[in-house]
Amino acid sequence: MSNDMPQLFWLFSIAAALVMVVGFYCLMATLNLIRAIIGLELLTKGVTLFIILAGYVSGRSGLAQAMAITLIVIEVVIVVVAVGIVLCVFRHNKSVDVTTIRNIKG
Amino acid sequence: MTIDMILLAAFVIGAVWTMMATRLLYSVVALAFTSAILTILMFRLDSPLAAVFELSVCAGLVSAVFISTISLTKRVSPEELVVRRKERLSLFWLLPIMVILAGIALSQVHLPIDFNLPQPKNNDVRIILWNLRHLDLLGQIVILLGGAFGVVTLFKEWKNE
Repeated sequence: MSNDMPQLFWLFSIAAALVMVVGFYCLMATLNLIRAIIGLELLTKGVTLFIILAGYVSGRSGLAQAMAITLIVIEVVIVVVAVGIVLCVFRHNKSVDVTTIRNIKG
Repeated sequence: MTIDMILLAAFVIGAVWTMMATRLLYSVVALAFTSAILTILMFRLDSPLAAVFELSVCAGLVSAVFISTISLTKRVSPEELVVRRKERLSLFWLLPIMVILAGIALSQVHLPIDFNLPQPKNNDVRIILWNLRHLDLLGQIVILLGGAFGVVTLFKEWKNE
């Protein structure tokens, strides 16, 4: 893989950027709170691939792995707390649609 | 290189499938598929430990959390699903514009990428994680405890009601 390093770097970069764009679009276009969290997950998948790629290219895969593990732990905690909030929202509003959430209006 | 290209294509297709799937359950399955492909990519990029974390935590645990959440919420009727899908796809023209803008932004940034950097002394993830980046571990512990406290607070209110 080392012979084609620059080409592979750009290929991986483009794929990671595309996945980040798809995740961002998912966040923007959806009204469902669960799907919004799924979009956030997609965004972090792109970022994880970028970190691992940077570590591979610079020869510091150990450091990149440490960063990726930290990112994965934070991602899981965010997902679990966000899902708890979504369940509470569903319990109060009987819907996970953002347009039906009226009781937090200032 | 061919295998990498196939894997990268599957990675992007999995992400698009996650976004486009009609039912949330299919979205979660597609997300788990994307995670599994990312695991293989990470393994090919010499990061086996992070790959194992990605497979067990993101493809396994997060999928279980999402499926539990979906089972606890209301099932949407097929008619409503069609309406929602149309609403979601009504903004689909934004996606190619965003891809083109991201491409232009990336092409404008001239990153000083050097593919021949000197190798560091310690490249073992265990040594880096436990000896050099121990503050990261402390941060992870604090975030985990904060998350656990948040979930307990959320569900305690539910139980009291």
